[in-house]
Amino acid sequence: MTGKGCLVGLKTFRSRPVSGVFLCTLLCLFVAINSGCKKRETLVERGNREGILHLSIGSEPSDLDPHTVTGLGEAKLVQTMFDPLVSFEPGTLAPVPALAASWDISADGLTYTFHLRPDAKWSDGTPLTAQDCVDSWKRILTPSLGADYAYFLYLLRGAESFHKGRNTDFSTVGAVARDARTLVVALTHPAPYFLQALLNSCWRPVNVRAIAAVGDPYRRGTPWTRPGKLVSSGPFVLKEWATQQRVVVEKSPTYYDRDRVRLNAVHLYPTDSIDAEERAFRSGQLHITYALPLSKVQPAQREKNPALRIDRQMETYFFRLNVRKAPLQDARIRRALALAVDRDTIAGKILPGGRTPAPTFVPPLLQGYTPPAGQIYNLAAARQLLADAGHADGAGLPPIEILYNNSEILRLVAEAIQQMWHRDLGLDVRLVNQEYKSVFASRRAGDYQVLLGSWTADYLDATTFLDLWRSDSGNNHTGWSDPAYDALSNRANTMADPAARAAVLAQAEALVLESAPIIPLYFNTHVYFLHPAVKGWQPTPTDHSDFRYVWLEAGK
Amino acid sequence: MFRFIARRLLQTIPVLLVIITATFFMVRFVPGGPFTSEKALPPEILRNIEAHYGLDQPLWRQYVNYLGQVARGDLGPSFKYTNRSVNEIIGQTLPVSLELGGWALLVALAVGLPLGVLAAVRRNSWLDYACSVIGMIGICVPVYVGGPLFALLFGVYLQWVNVSGWYEGIDRVLPALTLGLAYAAYIMRMTRGGMLEVLGQDYIRTARAKGASEARIVLRHALRGGLLPVVAFLGPAVAGILTGSFVIETVFQIPGLGRQFVISAFSRDYTLILGTVILYATLIVVCNLIVDIAQVWLNPKLKFE
Repeated sequence: MTGKGCLVGLKTFRSRPVSGVFLCTLLCLFVAINSGCKKRETLVERGNREGILHLSIGSEPSDLDPHTVTGLGEAKLVQTMFDPLVSFEPGTLAPVPALAASWDISADGLTYTFHLRPDAKWSDGTPLTAQDCVDSWKRILTPSLGADYAYFLYLLRGAESFHKGRNTDFSTVGAVARDARTLVVALTHPAPYFLQALLNSCWRPVNVRAIAAVGDPYRRGTPWTRPGKLVSSGPFVLKEWATQQRVVVEKSPTYYDRDRVRLNAVHLYPTDSIDAEERAFRSGQLHITYALPLSKVQPAQREKNPALRIDRQMETYFFRLNVRKAPLQDARIRRALALAVDRDTIAGKILPGGRTPAPTFVPPLLQGYTPPAGQIYNLAAARQLLADAGHADGAGLPPIEILYNNSEILRLVAEAIQQMWHRDLGLDVRLVNQEYKSVFASRRAGDYQVLLGSWTADYLDATTFLDLWRSDSGNNHTGWSDPAYDALSNRANTMADPAARAAVLAQAEALVLESAPIIPLYFNTHVYFLHPAVKGWQPTPTDHSDFRYVWLEAGK
Repeated sequence: MFRFIARRLLQTIPVLLVIITATFFMVRFVPGGPFTSEKALPPEILRNIEAHYGLDQPLWRQYVNYLGQVARGDLGPSFKYTNRSVNEIIGQTLPVSLELGGWALLVALAVGLPLGVLAAVRRNSWLDYACSVIGMIGICVPVYVGGPLFALLFGVYLQWVNVSGWYEGIDRVLPALTLGLAYAAYIMRMTRGGMLEVLGQDYIRTARAKGASEARIVLRHALRGGLLPVVAFLGPAVAGILTGSFVIETVFQIPGLGRQFVISAFSRDYTLILGTVILYATLIVVCNLIVDIAQVWLNPKLKFE
């Protein structure tokens, strides 16, 4: 009966209204979609015309405060707004004057005297003085601020005990304003990398007076980094911060080197999906992406895409081996594992994007540091070591677990090595995959056997890598320690001669690679899209950019 | 009816309390905390930060303090976004999600309802089949496939619209279409089913026998009853569309609450997770309440008891 009623309906239903509604809807929809349907001038085209750089910075910045931020994207933001004391020349990385016009280094390498430029100004027009730098360092070292990277400043004499609350008198710390233009810095030990380290956000001066005008400068959460309140010293000033959308910085009228700055503004976009970011680049919304999805790298290489950019980076992917867990307490077994990793296959065949095999932990990008030979692929030696340990062909060895976090690239690497160890050493290797932060929790609890991870340099020196394996390091997590290693590391810290110091550090690296609580796998690269209109884009291997040297030039 | 609403609202208080309690303790038992990161913090610094947020106190006291705060309408500071409060973040992101949801709902209803009615009225015609095919495609193709496809076509190849961001009016088009069309497919199938059932009822035949025009029968007599299943579906759907558009917000880089919620879970931003959960729970409760009221209004067989 129901069907019949409907049949009747079908036949007699010839009136227009409903069809009309339907057609109208379609029409409206079509008109709505078509309202903007011309090929428009893209953001990039407009940016090229108006001198506006569109740059992606990965995830949403947690803040714009140079003292509390930790991420690479946030560092980019800081680099647009806060000037370092000393900058670098793109390409050669030679130190060049920034806030400091010149500097003297004492013969023992312990005292640095910076002469600030007389025209250095804050964006509110007030002069930037040596006392401002001292106040800024006092702020980051004040315990109540809880600054993540305050320990970078332990290089200053007395800074550690001030920061750990053992001493509340900041005049004991090795940073003194001799006069308005002269800043004298005393270090705990010679550090040839000190000038380069000054590029880090935590060393860049902030204006403590301006922060105090908004709230307590020595506590977290003072909202001074908002447009209209943020006072900075760099080539650009904050104009807009639309959370999860973009940060807009515009050319600063008070910047001492404003004549050199050729960009009128930089728009920085937090885009937490690298796929969405790649589409935004292709539709002309971005000049520079943060990273390229793995699946897009090979096609871009094949097509010789002129926008594809591969920068060498100070980042090493490596295994931590937990020496407290059987069977990895046996150095022979650890070494066997290390020698059975075919790094050429991993870096050359499995991973695209110019990544290179890592027989050592310190990337080969440092001038003056000659790394040791490291762990060279040698199956015969690996099998022999395993046999010496009483486990020829893996006999009697329990399964070994590789822990890694949810990431496409890490999964590829872990699977490849699982296969290598199984095929060549006869081991039963299992893969355990955990969420990003859960991996850190397991790592801290020592709840893993083999852990896949990476380490990124904080400054251009071997110690940023080698300090990890000191007994007192908070990032060691392997349970491995060796007094001989600590002694070498301490000795290097007392040496003022860079060449002799580098040789001692290389000895230390050889020691840790020999004992193999770590197995370096490959040196990472930064793979991204860079629009051909962007000129002068030459970040350092620690991803610092000096925006003074960047400009836009639209092609014909 | 007011008594009904008042009673339902009162019932939400214990519901919310249970949800807050469960979430509060669950996030604490998840491995990793808001301040764990690749580079481990020295213990002295970690202690300073934890003291700042009151995380050094016993868990039960933190819980009691939090409840007190929530009762005063303060959802606390965000742990990840150091100078923002949860209230501020929700105040910024919720309107965006609501706007996206509003447009999507409009698309869903504007497409789903007429097509559903049409398919029911012209049952087994080519039109019906065409609608079924479109509907099945809409249901089967997830938004994380449809979204990028739209973005490729209209943004990358034709360059009519931006593929990401939420700046100008035109930026609303792709996300609203993607999300709206996915729901339109469901609405269409439900409208069709509801209409078919009603069109076979005796009172429709009576109306027809009295000589009412077909348009009047459909729009005046059948539609009200035919929409019942759609309305029942709309309650959870509206809540979902308003709040659960995380995928769309990620695909098109929209600064909405859904995206923020997922990021907060990954970064273990305890207060932001809790604040968002409280908000979502409230929204769902309210949406269901509105649906219950609408159903009574549409269906003469139901009453507020």
